[in-house]
Amino acid sequence: MNLILDIAWTHVRARVRQTGFAVAGVATGVGFSIMMAALMQGSQDDFTQRLVNTLPHITVSDERRSPPPQPAETLYQAVEIHNLTPEARRRGIKNPLATMAALEAWIPGGIAPSVTVQGIIRYANHDVATTIIGIDPRRESKVSDLPKQMRQATVTALYRATNAIIIGDRLSEKIGARIGANITVQTSEGARISAQVVGYFHTGVRQVDEGTAYVLAKTGQILSQQTGLVNELRLRLKEPMASRQVAARIETDTGYKSVSWQEAHEDLLSTFIIRNIIMYAVVGAILLVASFGTYNIISTITHEKARDIAIMKSLGLSEFTVRSIFVIEAVIIGLAGALVGFLLGYLLSRGLGEVRIRSPFIDTDRLPLAYTPLHYLLAGMVALVSSVAAGYGPARKAARLHPVEIIRGAT
Amino acid sequence: MSLPAPAQAVTPLIEARNVTRVLPGIVPTTLVQGITLSIGENEFVAITGPSGSGKSSLLYLLGLLDLPTSGEVLIRGRATVHMDEEERAFTRLRLLGFVFQFHFLLPEFTVRDNVMLPMRALGRLSTKQMQDRASDLLGSLGLGDHMHKQPDQLSGGQRQRVAVARALANEPPVILADEPTGSLDSKASEQVFELLRDLVVRQGKTVVAVTHDLGLAARMDRHVELLDGRVVSDDLHRSSLVDQP
Repeated sequence: MNLILDIAWTHVRARVRQTGFAVAGVATGVGFSIMMAALMQGSQDDFTQRLVNTLPHITVSDERRSPPPQPAETLYQAVEIHNLTPEARRRGIKNPLATMAALEAWIPGGIAPSVTVQGIIRYANHDVATTIIGIDPRRESKVSDLPKQMRQATVTALYRATNAIIIGDRLSEKIGARIGANITVQTSEGARISAQVVGYFHTGVRQVDEGTAYVLAKTGQILSQQTGLVNELRLRLKEPMASRQVAARIETDTGYKSVSWQEAHEDLLSTFIIRNIIMYAVVGAILLVASFGTYNIISTITHEKARDIAIMKSLGLSEFTVRSIFVIEAVIIGLAGALVGFLLGYLLSRGLGEVRIRSPFIDTDRLPLAYTPLHYLLAGMVALVSSVAAGYGPARKAARLHPVEIIRGAT
Repeated sequence: MSLPAPAQAVTPLIEARNVTRVLPGIVPTTLVQGITLSIGENEFVAITGPSGSGKSSLLYLLGLLDLPTSGEVLIRGRATVHMDEEERAFTRLRLLGFVFQFHFLLPEFTVRDNVMLPMRALGRLSTKQMQDRASDLLGSLGLGDHMHKQPDQLSGGQRQRVAVARALANEPPVILADEPTGSLDSKASEQVFELLRDLVVRQGKTVVAVTHDLGLAARMDRHVELLDGRVVSDDLHRSSLVDQP
């Protein structure tokens, strides 16, 4: 074995208890870091997955980012127009089928037209503001997980009755409407229909489950009082993370406002960044505390081994060699701590995954956990770097010891 | 009988030129002052003097463990004052062997591993060659049966002999010994002294030993006496070597 490694290993091995405590410190830091990262990442992934599964990846609506210039503004540049009332009536997407065909030509994924109307659902003295989406049930599976999220019915149940409606399970609970119930749907334009509840859906996103209902596109057009209206195109991509870029291109190509799921939930996603900063700060603090143990053991060893250091230097071992011995000792502690920590982290994560929880806000009774090698790699690297940093100070000090002073002290 | 210091016809192995070492502090302490000394090959030199006379300080300066405040130390004619720490360490590793009053063996290593330590640091031999050389050295010092023991399983004399074997590991031409018999009983002292003498007589090494034992110093071929950091006498007793069997 290499001389430096041999001496370092001998020092570490000779102090089983102290080394054990230092390794345990690092391992605890690494283990808890991995567990925490698994929990944070798991909950984030779970939430993101819900968002991605529940909502279309991109929604192209018949709106524009900025109001189009008025003809008078174009014609007379000096004219300033005040008190214009925007048109309440939505024009819809022009030539929706041609637009869809143009998008389908280059977008990897599915596209479905829909009619989205804001309305109020009335039942048993309850009035609930709801987003009513008119869909084509046969195309819906291409753009959302609604068919999978259905409870007690399928999406095709919309064909079962005139003005059939599928509502979120939480909305159903809120207003007390069960399957077969006839509810009243009224829009701001004054349209009013009686619809029969033919099924529930459950996405897991409270906002959606409490405030969304699906009808046939035809029913949606009746509610918006415009025959043949398509005011939204909903898209699902094969690669959801590319939604932002695809949405930008669609907007450039069509001129219609194109909103990716990331943009629609920017506020939520930005909280993840803050959450991650908090997580990494806490993980860093845990590992920093663990590195104090490494500092302590290396300091103790260098203090105890001052005479050996002196003799090694008098024999001709260089400062670099002596310093390397103690840095390697720190590496051994860091490495052993990281390896034990990996196991501990995995077991802690597994243990946490077994804990049963009951919360009205989540669907499962288990905590969502993410097992990714990246967490292990990061925790291991931070542990190793902090161990080396902790060991370097005492190692440098040890290497600079003047052998004569120690030899004189010893004699 | 005191003889004048021997004239150096060839380049001395170690040379101190007007070496002074002052320890800095509120009250600076002068350890050695203006020492000029030449030590040639195959010499057996005793450095004696009362406590605080600067014997060990001079030895550490000659062994490049300490740097002079002024003056210079030359090893084989080469000035060492401008050497960096790495170069001084390498010079010690290659040319100088140290034996201290206490054995200073690494307690976690076996006797043979301790002897192999300088060879491993130098890195010029294979593991097998290093093991063989360490075994030979220990065997020649009567420690062949103890090479796999830990240092704390040996007597004081045996440990000191291991320290001598370690000093010889890289075949340095010079052995510097600081009170090598200081912590030993009379029998062990005699064994270690004979061992050092043997290195000079049979192996042609140069041994420079600090000792307070004037009896031992008288049996060495050169006797440098210090007082208050200065050389007060430098005597040659060549007969001491030929008198001994």
